[in-house]
Amino acid sequence: MNADVKIKDSIDRGTVDSVRALEADRYKYGFDSDIDQEFAPKGLNADIVRFISEKKNEPEWLLGLRLQAYERWLEMEEPTWANTDYPEIDFQDMYYYASPVKKEGPKSLDEVDPDILAVYNRLGISLKEQEVLAGVQGAPKVAVDAVFDSVSVVTTFKKELAKQGVIFCSFSEAVQDHPDLVRRYMGSVVPMSDNYYATLNNAVFSDGSFVYIPPGVRCPMELSTYFRMNAQGTGQFERTLIIADKDSYVSYLEGCTAPMRDENQLHAAIVEIVALEGAEVKYSTVQNWWPGDSEGKGGVYNFVTKRADCRGANSKVSWTQVETGSAVTWKYPSCILRGDNSQGEFYSIAITNGCQQADTGTKMIHLGENTRSRIISKGISAGRSNQTYRGLVSSHKKARGARNFTQCDSLLIGDQCGAHTVPYVESNTASTQFEHEATTSRLSDDRLFYCRQRGLSEEDAVALLVNGFCREVLQELPMEFAVEAQNLVAISLEGSVG
Amino acid sequence: MQAFPKLSEAWEFGINLGKHDETLQSKDEALMLKINNLSVVVNNGEATILSGFNLDVPAGEVHAIMGPNGAGKSTLSYVLTGRDGYDVTEGSVTYRDENLLDMEPEERAVAGLFLSFQYPLEIPGVPTLTFLRTALNAQLRARGQEELSAPDFMKRARSVAKELRIKPDMLKRPLNVGFSGGEKKRMEIFQMLLLEPAFIVMDETDSGLDIDALRVVADGVNALRSPERGMLIITHYQRLLDYIVPNKVHVLAGGKIAVSGDADFARTLEADGYDTYAA
Repeated sequence: MNADVKIKDSIDRGTVDSVRALEADRYKYGFDSDIDQEFAPKGLNADIVRFISEKKNEPEWLLGLRLQAYERWLEMEEPTWANTDYPEIDFQDMYYYASPVKKEGPKSLDEVDPDILAVYNRLGISLKEQEVLAGVQGAPKVAVDAVFDSVSVVTTFKKELAKQGVIFCSFSEAVQDHPDLVRRYMGSVVPMSDNYYATLNNAVFSDGSFVYIPPGVRCPMELSTYFRMNAQGTGQFERTLIIADKDSYVSYLEGCTAPMRDENQLHAAIVEIVALEGAEVKYSTVQNWWPGDSEGKGGVYNFVTKRADCRGANSKVSWTQVETGSAVTWKYPSCILRGDNSQGEFYSIAITNGCQQADTGTKMIHLGENTRSRIISKGISAGRSNQTYRGLVSSHKKARGARNFTQCDSLLIGDQCGAHTVPYVESNTASTQFEHEATTSRLSDDRLFYCRQRGLSEEDAVALLVNGFCREVLQELPMEFAVEAQNLVAISLEGSVG
Repeated sequence: MQAFPKLSEAWEFGINLGKHDETLQSKDEALMLKINNLSVVVNNGEATILSGFNLDVPAGEVHAIMGPNGAGKSTLSYVLTGRDGYDVTEGSVTYRDENLLDMEPEERAVAGLFLSFQYPLEIPGVPTLTFLRTALNAQLRARGQEELSAPDFMKRARSVAKELRIKPDMLKRPLNVGFSGGEKKRMEIFQMLLLEPAFIVMDETDSGLDIDALRVVADGVNALRSPERGMLIITHYQRLLDYIVPNKVHVLAGGKIAVSGDADFARTLEADGYDTYAA
């Protein structure tokens, strides 16, 4: 950490010292190693893959896996079935390990796009934090809010977790310290060559989170990426693995409501979740990456593979996502319902405005008996954006008594946006019961007028109505995210009417 | 925005807003709402609904507008509150010395104008109390007044609900979703009592109400009658006017006020019908 960290006025000396004392832990968590000085040249080849693996001091088997993935990736073709349109990506024109010529960060907030600053202000983010988020030169390299304001929380948090035997660390650290667990579960949910971007991730993944909850343990708190202090980011090829052993429970929060400045245009992450017998995992995401300028230029491409395996009987996985950022989103958090009586849930709010494009949804694959799944998707399209819900619900021959309920609602704001629903339903056994409900509506002028007659401004009225539209999903979010998410809904739709 | 007495205080102390506004001196200035030679078209000018319409409502008075179906009664309520699609081609509307037609719908609400809708809208996913607290605080904020805290708001909402015999459960449900016609109307009055508007327009509030509900609603409205508040009651039937006795009754026909009278005049109308006045 920068020795002369500038601190918020409200934080006293003691807090700063506590943060310093945590430095050792920070290294342990592996987010601030000496990566900054080392980099690989532009482009991708087997040597680059070897370089990444060597830098991370990885075991032979992992290098082998990376190389194998790279070979396969070379033979694959980029998928084009999604309802999105973007210029061809030149994979040889990207850095795969620590960008060497970091674009000069702005010297002060005066140089930061005023639109971004306006959003920070609306979210109630302090000036110092704004500098961090906007990547201002000389700003501390930690998320101020997360670290400074919650030092005591972090410390207690770690003690508590250790006491319960919960492992929560970076993926790189897990490779070093818990190789058996990593080797056993990595790739067991998302196979190496599952899809084009997943395969690429396998070859060049940077870092991410690793979680292991021992049998019978109910994780005492929400695990949040906030606590890992990784303002520098885990890079564009994030890799996360969560294992919930028998009868355990964990709730995991990913992301941040503040839009992060990011030089990496392509993000291709993999998240794998394994739920063993009787285990329950709740995974919540707020994704608000830079959507690009008003013409859609410069935004993030978010091509992510998230999948959960409800491997044991009576296991349960819930995905809850609030997607408001990125220029192009390609994302289908899924559940393989392998164990008998296992349950999968997908609650989603996707908001696209400006020129954003999103092709997102879920897959519920019923393999075990009496498996149940529930999909609630709320899509809001505004501006000139285009949004597609794409969902698969399928049942295997052995999935007797499988049940699914899907509700898919789209809301259009204005007359230049698009909303599409593409459900795939495949039943291979007579005893399944799949229900699908879908609605598409336009934000009603009558309702808007009614709200305005009661004194709400047009924008507040839109925010209120859209929050009402999303209520079923917002209710699924952990408290920590719920209020922020409501504000985010309002902010994402600013300028969408009138 | 022009200041007016803090109505929440009035609520606290009962019904009478007895304080006299010293700025209202001449008779003309005491007029709260002045509609002058108003012409209104809809469907991009294809149909003229109001033409040469004149109406003055002084502060402290309740005026009733009656008339046959399609006379333009609802159009009047929408023009006053600023709904899209009603184009004023001629004339003016002055509200408390301001040009009402220049204001956005929410600015009119902040200035104290309230419409009890003939067909209240359903707001899915937004609990009634959330909706109302958001609206009330938006108005207070816009007037530069202090917002009401959640506990204070709840306290007030509960007491008003009790008076209107609205079950507390109903306040937690999304506004008007699945409510019966009568419940929706009662909810409009609930909102009105909470927001304490300075000028009230009621559009066919009595339709859909049974006799008991009508009494409850009328009691609520009468409680708001005060020397500083104006009301315009649009109704089809004379029934409501037995409970809310107006200072004046106007018949809207042929796009303008055809004839005016006192409260008793409404009864004559009920007996004779509107045919005499229809253009």
